Amino acid sequence: MTMASETKLPVRTSEESVSALSAMKAVFSRDLKTAFRQPQDLLNPLLFFVMVVTLFPLGVSPEVSFLREAGSGILWVAALLSVLLSLDHLYRHDFDDGTLEQLVLQPQPLFLLVLAKSLAHWVLTGLPLVMLAPVLGVMVHLEGNSVAILCLTLLIGTPVLSLIGSIGAALTLGLRSAGVLLSLLIIPLYIPVLIFGTGTVMAASESAPVGGQLALMGAFLVLALTLAPFASAAALRISLSNS
Amino acid sequence: MWQIFHKLGSPKWFFGIASTLMPWLLVAGAALLMTGIVWGLVFAPQDYLQGNSYRIIFIHVPSAFLAQSVYIMMAVAALVTLVWRMKLADVFVTAVAPVGAVLTFLALFTGAVWGKPTWGTWWIWDARLTSMLILLFLYFGVMALGAAISDEKSSARAVAVLVLVGVVNIPIIKYSVEWWNTLHQPATFKLTEKPSMPAEMWVPLLLSVLGLYLIFGWLACLRMQTHILAREGRTRWVKELVQAREN
Repeated sequence: MTMASETKLPVRTSEESVSALSAMKAVFSRDLKTAFRQPQDLLNPLLFFVMVVTLFPLGVSPEVSFLREAGSGILWVAALLSVLLSLDHLYRHDFDDGTLEQLVLQPQPLFLLVLAKSLAHWVLTGLPLVMLAPVLGVMVHLEGNSVAILCLTLLIGTPVLSLIGSIGAALTLGLRSAGVLLSLLIIPLYIPVLIFGTGTVMAASESAPVGGQLALMGAFLVLALTLAPFASAAALRISLSNS
Repeated sequence: MWQIFHKLGSPKWFFGIASTLMPWLLVAGAALLMTGIVWGLVFAPQDYLQGNSYRIIFIHVPSAFLAQSVYIMMAVAALVTLVWRMKLADVFVTAVAPVGAVLTFLALFTGAVWGKPTWGTWWIWDARLTSMLILLFLYFGVMALGAAISDEKSSARAVAVLVLVGVVNIPIIKYSVEWWNTLHQPATFKLTEKPSMPAEMWVPLLLSVLGLYLIFGWLACLRMQTHILAREGRTRWVKELVQAREN
């Protein structure tokens, strides 16, 4: 109770109605606030990202030629996996303490609130990954230009991962062994983003033009922004009626 | 119009229709499939390049064909589930998903067997093979989600959302995989061009595709009947049906 009043959930009163935009803002800032109360949860996906990247030089080969060739793929796969791992948090806490049911009951369209939650998730996981990527990019011996392009692709691509992932998180909400199931559902849907993310960096390292591929990734982002919240909202309603 | 729609959604009505349809589907499907396969395997001419090894096409192509169209059918049924809450539609999705997965696997397996003599390798990361593999993953995801949710209604609707999300992604996956492939490796291997096939080859192929469709129809009816019986086990008509069969 105290938490809800502290963090200003959009509460409907009979007289005043809250506009959809301010409801979105409220959900967004609430998610950030509650997340920063458990900083360790924010740090874990990042540590996971670094550790997975570390495994490749140790497990395959530390040679510069290999790492330069495979680096963008390694970083992208690691980023994808760490987003995947963090997805469980997207709705889990709100589901457990009943906040989610309140969100569903709001007069504002649910898909907008879901969009706000997905964006908050991206700010909390995707964005830190993008900021960490240059360091790891240098560690896998990517060249300067490639590092920049890699960060750009991650910047465009990780929101897509969060948005698509929110569908899976909503579908598996409240299930036993939701984590593995979530990965099974979502990984096939992540493949196009991965292909273009690494493909763009590869092209950049061969100094080929990358504008077209970046534009396509942008198209993925627009598509995910417009369609994924609807699917997640539908999935949330189903999961909540189930429990 | 709505009357028919309503009837279509009634499991009892479907059960009866399926029972009368099934023998026809089975007989016609088996006849077509056997004709197609025997014709293809025994009587069709050899390929000038691949010799006899190409004959696996009479199994490979029908299953690949079906594997893709089953997913499309599932997507249509999923839409019907979500929009009209029709019971039969979600029975169809749950009943048919494993069949689609098996067909996809069959397509991949026969492809691998065909690839060994033709390309000299069991597997290459060719665009077509990869997108079929991803289709198999999508089928597995649908099955896993369906099995994980115990409540039938919400299971059906959750699966429907997933199937629809998947069907939006299929073209994206297909084209990105194709592009990825052309980016990384030149198209060294290509299936022999289809239109150049003589009639003695494509007629049996067409027959076996049609036959497999009918067999699939039969199998779908059978599996849907089983699901309906399990679901509607408490209704009177099912009890009466079971009693009638027992006597």
